Amino acid sequence: MVEFNLPANSKIKGGTTHKAAAGAKNVRDFKVYRYDPDSGENPRVDTYEVDMDECGPMVLDALIKIKNEIDPTVTFRRSCREGICGSCAMNIDGTNTLACTKACDEVKGDVKIYPLPHLEVVKDLVGDLTNFYAQYASIKPWLVAQTPAPPDGERLQSEAERKEIDGLYECILCACCSTACPSYWWNSDRYLGPAVLLQAYRWLVDSRDEDQGERLDNLEDPFRLYRCHTIMNCTNTCPKGLNPAKAIAEIKKMMVARQV
Amino acid sequence: MSQAYEIVDHVYDVVVVGAGGSGLRATMGAAQAGLKTACISKVFPTRSHTVAAQGGIAASLGNMGADDWRWHMYDTVKGADWLGDQDAIEYMCREAPRAVLELEHMGLPFSRTEEGKIYQRAFGGMTTNYGEGTALRTCAAADRTGHAILHTLYQQSLRYDTDFFIEYFAMDLLMDEDGVCRGVMTWNLTDGTIHRFRAQTVVLATGGYGRTYFSCTSAHTCTGDGNAMMLRAGLPLQDMEFVQFHPTGIYGAGCLITEGVRGEGGFLVNSEGERFMERYAPSAKDLASRDVVSRSMTIEIREGRGIGPNKDHILLHLDHLDPAIIEERLPGIAESARIFAGVDVTKEAIPVLPTVHYNMGGIQTNYHGEVVNLKDGDPDSIVPGLMAVGEAACVSVHGANRLGSNSLIDLVVFGRAAGLRMADVVTPGAAQPDLPKSMDDAVMARFDKMRHASGGTSTAAIRDKMQRTMQNNCAVFRTGEVLEEGQKLIDDVWAMMPDIGVSDRSLIWNSDLVESLELDNLVRQAVVTMHAAANRKESRGGHAREDYPDRDDENWMKHTLTWFGDDGKVAIDYRPVHSYTLTDDVQYFPPKARVY
Repeated sequence: MVEFNLPANSKIKGGTTHKAAAGAKNVRDFKVYRYDPDSGENPRVDTYEVDMDECGPMVLDALIKIKNEIDPTVTFRRSCREGICGSCAMNIDGTNTLACTKACDEVKGDVKIYPLPHLEVVKDLVGDLTNFYAQYASIKPWLVAQTPAPPDGERLQSEAERKEIDGLYECILCACCSTACPSYWWNSDRYLGPAVLLQAYRWLVDSRDEDQGERLDNLEDPFRLYRCHTIMNCTNTCPKGLNPAKAIAEIKKMMVARQV
Repeated sequence: MSQAYEIVDHVYDVVVVGAGGSGLRATMGAAQAGLKTACISKVFPTRSHTVAAQGGIAASLGNMGADDWRWHMYDTVKGADWLGDQDAIEYMCREAPRAVLELEHMGLPFSRTEEGKIYQRAFGGMTTNYGEGTALRTCAAADRTGHAILHTLYQQSLRYDTDFFIEYFAMDLLMDEDGVCRGVMTWNLTDGTIHRFRAQTVVLATGGYGRTYFSCTSAHTCTGDGNAMMLRAGLPLQDMEFVQFHPTGIYGAGCLITEGVRGEGGFLVNSEGERFMERYAPSAKDLASRDVVSRSMTIEIREGRGIGPNKDHILLHLDHLDPAIIEERLPGIAESARIFAGVDVTKEAIPVLPTVHYNMGGIQTNYHGEVVNLKDGDPDSIVPGLMAVGEAACVSVHGANRLGSNSLIDLVVFGRAAGLRMADVVTPGAAQPDLPKSMDDAVMARFDKMRHASGGTSTAAIRDKMQRTMQNNCAVFRTGEVLEEGQKLIDDVWAMMPDIGVSDRSLIWNSDLVESLELDNLVRQAVVTMHAAANRKESRGGHAREDYPDRDDENWMKHTLTWFGDDGKVAIDYRPVHSYTLTDDVQYFPPKARVY
């Protein structure tokens, strides 16, 4: 029989509630997933009451306020705080997104914050992205060309050719899309997932690249590419407004086109 | 110590600390030279702050009009207010076109001209023919050039046989008794282990320290860790008083709005609807260099012509531009303005304010990236085994004020130069001496002490005090009185450090401890910055003294060196500015009045 229950050590227990300072008028509850690898205890959800009158607008502002003023042990990645580095990807209010560009106002009720789904959790909101990065490396995300580059100039690319990689190169590798994909949840060992396939497509359509055949060969596999079942969670969740699902569809079209 | 820490040993020819633009470029250069290379970073490479650079990278390609590297050099010398070393500036501007083409050949998705060449835009202080016209010199990938560069360099790094140690926090340099750098001690956040890297050469590519200020465009991770490692090793830092305020940080959030907005035709207005830059810089107007624009904005606000109920900011208009141009060339800032200011840039102006953005100062190096020190009267004495590149370094090409888009070119030119130098001076696989245990003990004792710090003041509280002190007392305009008070206040912040309290005692992803170690790094740099600012009694570039409003070449045409003692005391000395060029292809540009 297939075991559908979560392993015992994955069950999330109730946590501690940290009260807001007396006198706070505009209080919201932030429910934050906590996992301490040292304790051996099950994960829990702690509740932090935050005075929104003394807090910046974004979920990241609230997390930093919690860390600064209430509980310094709360652990999460963050860096640029302007939606370009991709560090603070997490699951907020049920959706994968960047904490730094997600306004608290956009969430109704309690603000529930979990790590990106289906990653090994290192600690609290920090997930292990090793496999994700290895998959990215596996598609050879660099320009391959046999024709030598001009010694004193750029490889020419028309404005129209350059436009082909708009909506693709902007990916910040936050992993929101891949970890929102049920197909990736089941098969992340073999399915490349939407983020990596978006980048695969970025190189397939770069007019300067000369490795299209090999790149397609590398994707021609029941799992690497074809585990995409157009569920579209990737496109719905991308915090940069990109469309990995469309890129995957385009790769599938290229596969068909080269067979006919 | 609370416990004996088990130390994992590694031996490399080269260890690069930091994986932003300059660190990745140096790593690549070392790997290409056949050196066994490791790159250590506290964040995954594409999270480094190079990713946030927007407007572009300067190089005199001349794709959109006549250009010459000598014009670029003149602009850089003038932008630097003659505090830059002209040999290094010559090197950067000469090598710039080659370095940019190299990035293009790697696959960087530059925007294109109609002929299919790299698109170039106007930027502040970039002129043709030694100040006559406006140069189109700044090569751009829309307004995401830093993102494009960082991702391209990371992609390239995957091709080379290099070992990356990601989410490792570098604690301290391992310096031997002869002042030779032997390696670096690090902490692996993921599993809590301690790793000692021995290397023939350590390259510090650790970026700036913008987070010493309350409001900055810099990422949370911009804590100048390499700079602080220098200070702890008893080595000085150079020109730390020169802090750049970017004219257009989003009011409130502090997020960057690129100078490229003004390069594409955007302009600043005050509460009277006036394009006030025409008064301050009749020729360059909104494209004067950043220090000039930031001062002008500050004066407008101070004289009551600021915007908003508190008259405390300025408006940046680009709503007159064709929405198609905005979509093609400035899509990223349109997104940032919508998210962080609630503004539709095709219809409304963006509220902006001068915001701390860049540190001209840092680790003094020659143009090869080798760290130099003032020793026995020799200002260019090389510190063996140690190099520095990028914003962490002070080559000095930016002198007293950096021009926009000269930062990205600095990263790749000097990252590359460091690689070339290592190919010349480092022998692959050369034997390295064992290191005495005492060297580890000193580093680990400091780490352990911080980990178990149980004082009464939180890391966040001390950091807030430091940031507000720097913001109030070391701002766009400075006076002797305010700086004197600032010295006292920032010394008080340093005095709070023994009372720091850390809550998390674990070793795995203990970000409370990371932030505390970073704070220790920041405070040291804040102290030397404030003292260097109080010490320099003239106005030059980003350092504007109201009590000394003029540049004083006779007394102050020199680099400041600052040391920070364990007792919290700052020592100051000087290095001469290089008043010579690298070759005879260009003449030294003698100082003259700096007018835009």
